[in-house]
Amino acid sequence: MIAATPEVAKERRKPQKINVRILRQDAPGKPQYWERHQVDYEPDMNVISVLQKVAAQSKTSDGSAVAPVSWDCGCLEEVCGSCTMVINGRVRQSCSALVDRLLEQAPEEIELRPMNKFPVVRDLMVDRSRLFRALQRVKAWVPVDGYYDMGAGPKISRDDQERDYPLSQCMSCGCCLDACPQFTKIELQRQPNESEDDLKKRRNEAYDEGFVGPHAISQAMLFNSNPVGKNMADERLEALMAPGGIQACGNAQNCVSVCPKQIPLTTSIARAGRAVTVYALKKIFDR
Amino acid sequence: MANRVVVIGGGLAGLAATMKLAELGAPVDMISLTPVKRSHSVCAQGGINSVSDLTRQEGDNEWTHFDDTIYGGDFLQHQPPVKEMSFWAPKVIDLMDRLGVTFNRTPEGFIDRRRFGGTLYRRTAFAGATTGQQLLYALDEQVRRRESEGLVKKYEFWDFLGPMLDDNGRCVGAVAQDMVSMEIRSFPADAVVVATGGCGLVYGRSTMSVFCTGSAASRCFQAGGKYGNAEFIQVHPTAIPGADKLRLMSESARGEGGRVWVPRRPNDSRYPKDIPESERYYFLEERFPKYGNLVPRDIATRQIFNVCVNEGLSVDPTRLCVYLDLTHIPRAELDRKLGGILEIYEKFQGVDPREEPMKIFPAVHYSMGGLWVDYEKSADGGLLPGSPKNQMTNIPGLYAIGECDYQYHGANRLGANSLLSCIFSGLFSAPGIINWMKSNKSVASMSSTIFERAVAKQQDRHKALLSGNGGSENPYLIHQELGDIMTRSATVVRENTQLTEAYAKVLELQERSKRCALSDTGNWSNQNVIFTKSVQDMIPVALTILKGALQRDECRGAHFKEAFAQNSLTAEDPIERRRQAEEWCDDFEKNNKQFLKSSVATFDGTEPDVQYEDVDTSLIPPRPRLYGLVGAEVIEEVWKERSVAKSLDQPKASTSEKQLVSV
Ligand SMILES: Cc1cc2nc3c(=O)[nH]c(=O)nc-3n(C[C@H](O)[C@H](O)[C@H](O)COP(=O)(O)OP(=O)(O)OC[C@H]3O[C@@H](n4cnc5c(N)ncnc54)[C@H](O)[C@@H]3O)c2cc1C
Ligand code: SF4
Ligand code: SF4
Ligand code: FES
Repeated sequence: MIAATPEVAKERRKPQKINVRILRQDAPGKPQYWERHQVDYEPDMNVISVLQKVAAQSKTSDGSAVAPVSWDCGCLEEVCGSCTMVINGRVRQSCSALVDRLLEQAPEEIELRPMNKFPVVRDLMVDRSRLFRALQRVKAWVPVDGYYDMGAGPKISRDDQERDYPLSQCMSCGCCLDACPQFTKIELQRQPNESEDDLKKRRNEAYDEGFVGPHAISQAMLFNSNPVGKNMADERLEALMAPGGIQACGNAQNCVSVCPKQIPLTTSIARAGRAVTVYALKKIFDR
Repeated sequence: MANRVVVIGGGLAGLAATMKLAELGAPVDMISLTPVKRSHSVCAQGGINSVSDLTRQEGDNEWTHFDDTIYGGDFLQHQPPVKEMSFWAPKVIDLMDRLGVTFNRTPEGFIDRRRFGGTLYRRTAFAGATTGQQLLYALDEQVRRRESEGLVKKYEFWDFLGPMLDDNGRCVGAVAQDMVSMEIRSFPADAVVVATGGCGLVYGRSTMSVFCTGSAASRCFQAGGKYGNAEFIQVHPTAIPGADKLRLMSESARGEGGRVWVPRRPNDSRYPKDIPESERYYFLEERFPKYGNLVPRDIATRQIFNVCVNEGLSVDPTRLCVYLDLTHIPRAELDRKLGGILEIYEKFQGVDPREEPMKIFPAVHYSMGGLWVDYEKSADGGLLPGSPKNQMTNIPGLYAIGECDYQYHGANRLGANSLLSCIFSGLFSAPGIINWMKSNKSVASMSSTIFERAVAKQQDRHKALLSGNGGSENPYLIHQELGDIMTRSATVVRENTQLTEAYAKVLELQERSKRCALSDTGNWSNQNVIFTKSVQDMIPVALTILKGALQRDECRGAHFKEAFAQNSLTAEDPIERRRQAEEWCDDFEKNNKQFLKSSVATFDGTEPDVQYEDVDTSLIPPRPRLYGLVGAEVIEEVWKERSVAKSLDQPKASTSEKQLVSV
């Protein structure tokens, strides 16, 4: 919402230049370093358009030529999840981070850092393969027989659709993971003579032992409430009971407060907690 | 070893094909610029079309969906594939429903539908305002399932550099580059499927994602693939001009009473609310008193463009735009009816559109054209299932599906039809691809020299770029110039001298793009060199769009040339009017003889050669689109009489004219 009258707001936001401080890293295992850039101000800029200018000029604010800063982006409308980074200390999407707003908070400069919990590939680019791996871990899919024409699926009530739709908007951006105190960075270096496939395997094993993360817990709940997805509910609950599953969550609620899609992660976590308890008891009695 | 398929791109089309191929037992390597879950398809908001049980009872059927699509595309599509797609559409929705897509529901629990442009029926299924995202995720999940079973292997953050051809010209795999380690390697395959989406970035900024460079299709084009109907680019009338992207603003803003205006005085820098009514120019309302702000999309687009470009009345001196004003409507009403889309504006512009008029301008939105692909017609006029020809480019073994093929949307795409064509072409092509592989020698037995040669060629290109060749051009600025040229000359209004000039300028850019000096010459995650390659490869597509537009001296669908427009009837006298209508129809027939043809381009390394191909109109005879034309009734009457006289079985002509809408 706009508090000031538009004229006042317009007056206030007209700097000539924008200063940006970027935490860079040339490659994995290399040191991080800060670099200052300065770009021309334009109305209606977001952090992506600042980075585009930074890339086009490839010069620091003191004029030395440098390699362009690397970053990740896609849709530019906060729906693909690509462009996550830490902006003025907060993990968020850079495409929806408006320069005018950031300058209102801190007029001197905008500070950009890569996400904290994922290995840096280069500069602001990180490797989030762990996040997708977690989706395999909780079997986040509907186990249909196949893709032949078998008619429509079961009817779904409006209430159920309204419960599930918000969860299905998770765009795998990883903000929740970056903010979660229980989710700690796993970074493996390639060993001498290790093949790409071997490294990937070793990485996945390490990922599978770490905390699965709130996004995956929420997806498990989404598929456990689907009429056909349900058929694999037990398998998903098993995954959530295993080490790195739901008991790793300390209920700090950081995740939900940073999710750009306002996904009710703590509600999902509570649902998962209850489901796992019931399932565990059932397993004891069924033995 | 089982036959392998390489699928390039994991939007709706690529994922649908991969999922189906895996079901049929073929191992698939997926190559994508980005994790496939982040593909551009997530941007689609509006929905996906099919006939439903409900619309059927209102008189709709698959044939009508087919007819709407053909009519919307101004008859420029081969009809058999479109027919097949329309008949498959309900099955596609059923499948997506079973895969767990959270479609909106009716109170009883059926999939809810809304009405979209270009039809009289409520055919469009939707999931909130994120239909594309929801559909993509459902397919992505199935592919992840196959991945965990070991049938699919993903290569994400890889750039496809081109198809590999053997000495007979058959496609035997792809060459791609890891965008992190910069390794270039070959992917031998028995079939390659290109599903790499649209080419919006040729225009600099568009409503598309940054991945939509068109470079992959261009690389196939440069390798000998044909490119069809390049000149047909859909422009959406209302987008939010951003420094980085033009974001879509739904047509519903005008539907709910939004008014479009500019200050009468050029360069009036007053705050919009301080400009009195009398000094505002509500140009759509003044020029089209009958339709006002709700003129059809192509007309709205052209008017907004003209007011800014040719009449110099843009609201913002640095950026072309007009006001789309909702501030006269009560806040509560706006929130109730338009909440979601107003939030998008607010989020990205930081301005409350309930308080301050929105600034909007048309934006490039969809590429109807793309790689030329084949099909095999069935006895009933649809496609022959399982035929290896379906979706195959002219390079044997190389397939194209989704927005990067030219097959389904002719001269203009109807809203909510594209998600359908992507999923359909992906699913439908898979059995044919399997059959192709069965009937051809497996590449596993081939000598590796072909693959090594292909890799070496790409390595040479890569090294040459890194070494700079002594050039000093900045690839980002070349891209900007290309975008400006294309946006000015080949979007809404096209004019031959302008197109000729643009063509010459793009040829210059082509030369300059060969002399780029990279600001990053390293070999680790070098976005600079990847971008430079994609800019270089945008140019063949840009030239083809321009040449296709230049050679097409007519108006059809999204392609509009004032000089060749068929105008309204002027006579008041009924007899004279009738005579004019006859003449109009003569002209229409004459024009169709010359231009009811797809453009099909080939590339010689520097310039495209654009030839023409007849369109299969065997199922629905062409008829004129007459929206907003004075005298439409008379023309329609004459046309009907002629059709009857030709004793063609005349399909029911639309009484209330249909509007072309895309979302
Ligand atoms: C804002 C917006 C709203 C829309 N809304 C609707 C709607 O409501 N209904 C509708 O029917 N249509 C809509 N459309 C159109 C529709 O979204 C697209 O046509 C469709 O999603 C295209 O899907 P695709 O699978 O062909 O390609 P994409 O989803 O674009 O995927 C392309 C894939 O190819 C990969 N790729 C590209 N180049 C390379 C390369 N060089 N190397 C490796 N990989 C590469 C990408 O990484 C990506 O995975 C909309 C379009 C826009 C822009
Ligand atoms: S609630 Fe759990 S998952 Fe969320 S931030 Fe806290 S510890 Fe992490
Ligand atoms: S739950 Fe929210 S924050 Fe976490 S990955 Fe999904 S969209 Fe991002
Ligand atoms: S670029 Fe897609 S979320 Fe920001």
